[in-house]
Amino acid sequence: MAENYLNYTPKDFKSDQEVRWCPGCGDHAILSAVEKALPEVSKELKYELERYVFVSGIGCSSRFPYYVNTFGFHGIHGRASAIATGVKVANPLLSVWQVTGDGDALAIGGNHFIHAVRRNIDINILLFNNQIYGLTKGQYSPTSPLGAITKTSPYGTVEHPFRPGELVIGAQGKFFARSLDVDVKLTSEILLEAAKHDGTSVVEILQNCVIFNDGAHSNITDREFREDRTIVLRHGEKMVFGKNRDKGLILNGLSLKVVKIGEGGFTMDDILVHDATNPNPGVHMMLANMQYPEFPVALGVIRNVKDSTYDDNVRDQVLKVMNTTKIKNMDDLLNSGETWEVK
Amino acid sequence: MDKQNKIQELDEVVIRFSGDSGDGMQLIGTLFANASALLGNGVSTFPDYPSEIRAPQGTVGGVSGFQVHLGSKKVNTPGDYCDVLVAMNPAALKANAKWVKKGGMIIADADQFNEKGYTRAGYKTLDAVSELKLEDFKVIASPITTLTKESLKESGLDNKSIVRSKNMFALGMIYYIFDHPLNFTESYYEVKFKKKPQIIEANKKTLRDGFNYAANIHAIPNTYKVKAASPSKKGRYRTINGNTATAWGLIAASEKSGLPLFCGSYPITPATDILVELAKRKDLGVKTLQAEDEIAGICTAIGASYAGNFAVTTTSGPGLSLKSEALGLAVMTELPLVVIDVQRGGPSTGLPTKTEQSDLMQALWGRNGEAPMIVIAASTPSNCFDYAFMAGKLTMEHMTPVLLLSDGYIANGSQPWCIPSMSEFPEIKPPIVPEHTEGYMPYARDDEKLARGWAFPGKKGIAHRVGGLEKDFLKGSISYEATNHERMVKVRAEKVKRVQNFIPEQEVVGDAEGDLLVIGWGGTYGHLFDAVSEMRKEGKKVSLCHFNYINPLPKNTHDILKKFKKIVVCELNLGQFANYLRTNFDEFHYYQYNKIQGLPFTVVELVDKFNQILEGK
Repeated sequence: MAENYLNYTPKDFKSDQEVRWCPGCGDHAILSAVEKALPEVSKELKYELERYVFVSGIGCSSRFPYYVNTFGFHGIHGRASAIATGVKVANPLLSVWQVTGDGDALAIGGNHFIHAVRRNIDINILLFNNQIYGLTKGQYSPTSPLGAITKTSPYGTVEHPFRPGELVIGAQGKFFARSLDVDVKLTSEILLEAAKHDGTSVVEILQNCVIFNDGAHSNITDREFREDRTIVLRHGEKMVFGKNRDKGLILNGLSLKVVKIGEGGFTMDDILVHDATNPNPGVHMMLANMQYPEFPVALGVIRNVKDSTYDDNVRDQVLKVMNTTKIKNMDDLLNSGETWEVK
Repeated sequence: MDKQNKIQELDEVVIRFSGDSGDGMQLIGTLFANASALLGNGVSTFPDYPSEIRAPQGTVGGVSGFQVHLGSKKVNTPGDYCDVLVAMNPAALKANAKWVKKGGMIIADADQFNEKGYTRAGYKTLDAVSELKLEDFKVIASPITTLTKESLKESGLDNKSIVRSKNMFALGMIYYIFDHPLNFTESYYEVKFKKKPQIIEANKKTLRDGFNYAANIHAIPNTYKVKAASPSKKGRYRTINGNTATAWGLIAASEKSGLPLFCGSYPITPATDILVELAKRKDLGVKTLQAEDEIAGICTAIGASYAGNFAVTTTSGPGLSLKSEALGLAVMTELPLVVIDVQRGGPSTGLPTKTEQSDLMQALWGRNGEAPMIVIAASTPSNCFDYAFMAGKLTMEHMTPVLLLSDGYIANGSQPWCIPSMSEFPEIKPPIVPEHTEGYMPYARDDEKLARGWAFPGKKGIAHRVGGLEKDFLKGSISYEATNHERMVKVRAEKVKRVQNFIPEQEVVGDAEGDLLVIGWGGTYGHLFDAVSEMRKEGKKVSLCHFNYINPLPKNTHDILKKFKKIVVCELNLGQFANYLRTNFDEFHYYQYNKIQGLPFTVVELVDKFNQILEGK
């Protein structure tokens, strides 16, 4: 019998539900990227379709599970990380994907998000970052830039935003990547890497809300200057970017610096090589925090470090204790310790 | 160890150990209770301690107490008043003197009754006996601290460790007074301090010296013996407290269902020990996840349940408040989930270490929308096992969450328990959906229970989506259709109501008709039982109807209520169950007896109240 996992196509992962996001919403492209990635993940990791579980919270992005033809759980606001953690611990063979937004993951669900990352539970978190609350119609989110004018900040926000990469690495995250909704190819490539990584993989996807925050990322995503304002990082490759591939990143003292190759005495040899597997988070943190216009915005897999996972540790500990104990069932437990006979 | 005094036989006796919260009163109380149980006495215990781990030393607020009731028969309560009080300092005496029976014995550590001790405890004078009016009591003031120091001066232990052993000296004195052998406690030391022989020897010596001291001083007129109980049931016994019994009942349900147990929980007094016990039980495959908060506790459990584990979460009142939204999610997704609420004094942080029954309304109704849940309540430390098991059976077979109520009193209280065999317990058969089920509909139901199927991720041919949005009646896909919503609300309610057909009928203690029906629920059983039994001995026509199944109520509830001239509902709250009964059966008049002091009822006050109602006062 042919193994299914070798032969899936994107169509196999489309559900029969009508997709109800607004026309032009970035979520459509992300859904395409997921449908494109899952057959590749299946092929590479030998996953049958029934092993996938998509878990979400509340918000536009959280409708995602209804549109994927796998097991799915649409939870409550902010709690997707906790629900996904329970699913994975209960059955570690499942491939668990959490779909969440900047409000769901970083405001109401911030606590669960950082603790999932800290535990390094083997789930893949897709964080759709559109810097706005869409489903409630346009209030600022924890990633809205300082001063952003929204329905609940008519005079501009007065609070500093989170940078998701910084938060993930600060919470001892082992995998962080970033993509753009419009770049389906890059997103699906990153999703495959996220699936292959054992532990919590966080993929931030800069996503456009066409209704309430249109163009929030357009200063870096527009085709005409995307290559000059972003850098796609690949493990083992030089950190080079630009339409003409003539710009690169170097370490200048303790900071990163953009240089033009062939100018000011800088040659290709001076350009940093990306090492996503370095446990030291120093350079990864600087890369994740790069902001336009001073720097190009980093895309691709920024950090990808091996460590033990929570679900493996739970399973190993249970098995170890079960193998050494004299208590094999409930009757043994009931009769253990101090007991006495009444005749 | 010659007995120079005569031994007086008693049917029952109550001893209260009290001291600073760091004095080890809970430990010696437990050791005494265990030794008594091993001798075959009926035993019931009641720990009464402050929420501060170490409240300011010597103050009344920092007093920790542990009451033990021994009987030659089964005992149902830890006793109202004590025959013997151990008071390790002036504060302990001040806080507990009111609980000693007139003429009872008080053993006090004379070393602590100095100016400093009196001042810290807020005495007006330096004479406890006259200030607390203890002239009619048998007060034995012994220099327990000094004697302990003397006893251990060659032990090689540092001064702090020596002084900490004074509780064992006091315990030794109590063992003499109650004619208990020391060997059970000595073997406890040997196990507990296996790697510290110095500590074993020190404890043994202090215990023996306390025993001998009590034998030698001649101040103790009598020693007492409570004859061994003759329990009605033969078999192997152990001591168990409510929280351990709850944890074990859950594991038993896991074993009978064949599904692994998952507990997602966050520590909270007085429920923490259930999580602590489950964390030890990796030997039986239990997975525990100490979550980042109460909400994550329940949400990890819901995720685990979706993935096919028997999932539980444990908490107390404030934590239940935090879990409310997720409870609705479990109701909506129709997944099995046991939520355990070990009630404590509220509202807000309230009285964390004290008992109360004030979460009933929250358990029944504390969710947005029409979100019915099965609610059951354990009523003794040992039957926490049975009701935790039953909670697991009901949730897995009926595919809807169950809330199990316990309380601080039964959770921490302990009693001897005739160990059951797992063969006595019924099978648990959840409606697990097989792979490749033809035409699988996530919300299709069985006719009898209205339970939907439980379809585990990882199984072929039954992939589906669930969530908190309203569901289509069959497909489970999102539906905003008006009549579908009403139909779903009604079916979720009907599903819970039909549980009536699967629970036992309500029983009555005493005659099926009479002048007064005493109604209670949950942890007040022991006190209500004793009060009703006492009145029945006097020929009064009083019966007890004590509920464990609260939503739904047993089918025959109305039939029981209508056969009595008067009904009184007794609760440790302002009348939540009384109001629930009024909602269900509004033709009856319900008297109420309520106590909201963070303490259990006393039998004496219950009997008084019932007599007043009978006499029409």
